Amino acid sequence: MLVISCIKQVPDTTQVKIDPVTNTLIRDGIPFIINPYDAHALEESLRLKDRYRVRTVALSMGPPNTVSTLRKACALGVDEAILLSDRCFGGADTLATSKVLSAAIERLAQKEEVGIVFCGKQTIDGDTAQVGPGIASRLGFSQLTLVDRIESVDLVRKRIKVRRKLEGRHEIVEAPLPVMITVVRELNRPRYPVVAMRLAAEDKEIKVWDNSILKLDVETVGLKGSPTWVSKIFSPQRDQGEIIGDGLGDPDGTAGLLLEKLLAKELLAL
Amino acid sequence: MVFQQTAFIVIFAVSAISFIFSCYQRLQLIAIGAPENRFDSPWTRLLGMFIYAFAQKRVLKRPYGVNHLVLFWAFLVLLLANGEFLLEGLIPGATLAAVLPATPYHVLTALFDIVSLVALISVVFAFARRIFFPPEYLKNDYAKPASGEALLILGMIATLMIAFFLLNGAHMALGQTDQWRPVSAAIAGLIYGLPVDTLQGLAKVAWWVHALVLLAFMNFLPRSKHMHILTAIPNCYFRSLEKPNTQPKEAFTKGARYGVSSVDQFSWKDLLDSLTCTECGRCQDLCPAHNTGKPLNPRRIVHDIKLNLLRNGPILSVSYKGDMPLIGRATDGTISEEAIWSCTTCGACTSVCPVLIEQMPKIVKLRRHLVQEKVQFPEELLSLFENMEQRSNPWGIAPSERTKWSTLLGDRTFKPGETEYLFFVGCAGAFDSRNKQVTVALATILDCAGVSWGILGKDELCCGDSVRRLGNEYVFDRMARENVALLKERQVTRIVTQCPHCFSTLKNDYRQYGLEIEVIHHSELIAELLKSGRLKPSKNLNQGRVVFHDSCYLGRHNDTYDAPRAVLTMVSGGQPGELGRNRENGFCCGAGGGRMWMEEQTGSRINLERVKEAIRQEPDTLCVSCPYCMTMMDDGLKDLGMADRVRVKDIAEVTAEALGH
Ligand code: SF4
Ligand code: SF4
Repeated sequence: MLVISCIKQVPDTTQVKIDPVTNTLIRDGIPFIINPYDAHALEESLRLKDRYRVRTVALSMGPPNTVSTLRKACALGVDEAILLSDRCFGGADTLATSKVLSAAIERLAQKEEVGIVFCGKQTIDGDTAQVGPGIASRLGFSQLTLVDRIESVDLVRKRIKVRRKLEGRHEIVEAPLPVMITVVRELNRPRYPVVAMRLAAEDKEIKVWDNSILKLDVETVGLKGSPTWVSKIFSPQRDQGEIIGDGLGDPDGTAGLLLEKLLAKELLAL
Repeated sequence: MVFQQTAFIVIFAVSAISFIFSCYQRLQLIAIGAPENRFDSPWTRLLGMFIYAFAQKRVLKRPYGVNHLVLFWAFLVLLLANGEFLLEGLIPGATLAAVLPATPYHVLTALFDIVSLVALISVVFAFARRIFFPPEYLKNDYAKPASGEALLILGMIATLMIAFFLLNGAHMALGQTDQWRPVSAAIAGLIYGLPVDTLQGLAKVAWWVHALVLLAFMNFLPRSKHMHILTAIPNCYFRSLEKPNTQPKEAFTKGARYGVSSVDQFSWKDLLDSLTCTECGRCQDLCPAHNTGKPLNPRRIVHDIKLNLLRNGPILSVSYKGDMPLIGRATDGTISEEAIWSCTTCGACTSVCPVLIEQMPKIVKLRRHLVQEKVQFPEELLSLFENMEQRSNPWGIAPSERTKWSTLLGDRTFKPGETEYLFFVGCAGAFDSRNKQVTVALATILDCAGVSWGILGKDELCCGDSVRRLGNEYVFDRMARENVALLKERQVTRIVTQCPHCFSTLKNDYRQYGLEIEVIHHSELIAELLKSGRLKPSKNLNQGRVVFHDSCYLGRHNDTYDAPRAVLTMVSGGQPGELGRNRENGFCCGAGGGRMWMEEQTGSRINLERVKEAIRQEPDTLCVSCPYCMTMMDDGLKDLGMADRVRVKDIAEVTAEALGH
């Protein structure tokens, strides 16, 4: 049985700034990381591999440099890493992205039964949380979102029971396989790679599937297939605010000033 | 007579063979170790061997060491006397008298006699010390000061001396010799006039006692801690010529092993070390981890490696796996993970060991295995490692924040070919709010002195000190390569750092990566600027009573003890006070070796221990020269509720204040 994790390479958002003139993201020299939620999705697929010896595949749609993120997945232990990359896939919104990913999963399913697809609950650069559910509905898989614990997996009876983390409560749900699961951070702690695996990953083959393999209608993928597009990015203006005191020279005094302000505005109470 | 001689020849042959066999066995054990080149620089090595083994420089650092030096030299002199004794037993008449003229021979016998008396007195003293006033550091969970083994050896030596006097005394009383032997002559005086039979009997008994004890002693050596009598001298010859914290690189080739998980992965020198430990306890006495109740004792590490080697060595020479784990639940021969993670890599053990055993590098080798092959480490380290790889600093702060401290100074980018010094700010100096003040102070000082300096700004990367000491050599290797490439690309020739960890890593570790440039710690640069008059302290600021705490990576790891003291003397109007344990014997703040990033749950806290020691000197200002020490001392004072009574300051801050800033 195949367990797939869908991962996305994202810019390290703590380091991203917005160009105040052009209102675009300054991506120059910003390092890429694996989307933090996807790291948990990947980890859970590896745990199932450790426990049930299922085969694991990491899938990612993105530009060619995404290979470095997939290599990291290999260093952590996935059996196969596939990059879905084609010029016509670029500029995709969540609808078009889920289309390409679903097509790849279907292609994998032709050779081997797909049991579980793990996705992060959302990406830190888009924050839509729609790609995972998109895949589930396209493929007709059961859909379990916001999972923070796998209660049990029964590969013979093909059932899975998980706990979902919702606002103020937990929900235990059971579903038949195949299933698409989106995960939250509490699910697990991603592992750290051993050196031998890192070295092995350095020259592991990473398959690239472009549209000549997936054969999707170019009008339905990428920018053309995306009904949503970003019209503007801007940092919210801060029209109030001031710098008080001398934080470097007199941190204690400055903290005191701040405290007084907060008290005066009744944002804090003694 | 013939019977007696034949009997001796047989006994001698048996014990000689047995001695050679056990030495051979030990050599075989050492030979299973991994290769390591310790055969370079023969002259430096010979000199070191003379200083440490023959002149016993480190043994002499403790008062009792004199007694050991006396015994050692007596042993060397008497080696000749005992050689003569054995030879004469095998071939009657084969004595030194046969080859030496009368007078030198007589002088020599007199010397033997006097040295034997000196040795006897030494032994009595050693007995007394072990039984009546043993120092705390001799005690250990696996060895008592007055252990059977120690007393047996001392007893043997005493017996040898007494038998030697009785033998010669009887010969003299019988008028059989005209040798000059003052002590034996005194014995002869006492027994003179006893019947000839009795004297002859006494001589015979004394001879046999001497012969048998001598052979027993010889055979006992390789099987006890007194093995060091045989191995200490070569161990000093093969010592590490590197700084103790600069361990060999690892080769990251496929299929290789990383670190040490089985005793045969240690280098042969590590194994020789383990057989050389004299169990003197000096390392245990100074180790900050041991002193605060952690399960780490450097002496125990060395001892466990020895026990593991004795058990697994013979198995490992025929099979690939021993039957006693090297890392696991702490028992004889097995080292616990907690012990391995407790080390601050302060280097106190390596710098005090009289026979130059390298304890701390062995601990790092064990860490390398745990991190790189097992991914088994305290969980706090996971985010440290990821931050280092992702953002090249321990906190995972965005690299663009690196220059925040310098916003008021304008653009201070290092310009290749123009700027003289690269100011390598370091992660603590760039991100930690308290240490940023030190960075600003140092920048001000450099400006005051008109030094040309610049920074790499947000391109600066972490030097990788913590990851290397924590055994994450793979990540360190990549960081070091990147850094060296960057420094070469910017044509940097001189670096000043305010952090002893950056200092030591750039200066010593990066040499392994081909970086040979001048790296200087700010204490040295400030001292130089003050001495040459480029800095003129104007204000005589009242810092109250100033005391100085040594940083391990500046002091023990790089022998820089005087520069920070000289700075304080010049800027605070007097010599700084010393803490109880200082300079080579200084006590770690607890943050080295990556301990900065780990919880400290077992025992008492190292920084509190050190702060309490500082408070005993009743200081107003506690001076440091390292950002980690700054954090640890600051935290310690806060925990003790003393933060408003004692201030922690870096020497750069004290200097900047004296310059009027
Ligand atoms: S380096 Fe320091 S902490 Fe580590 S074992 Fe030696 S003395 Fe103890
Ligand atoms: S390792 Fe060195 S300092 Fe420690 S007990 Fe052994 S001989 Fe003494």
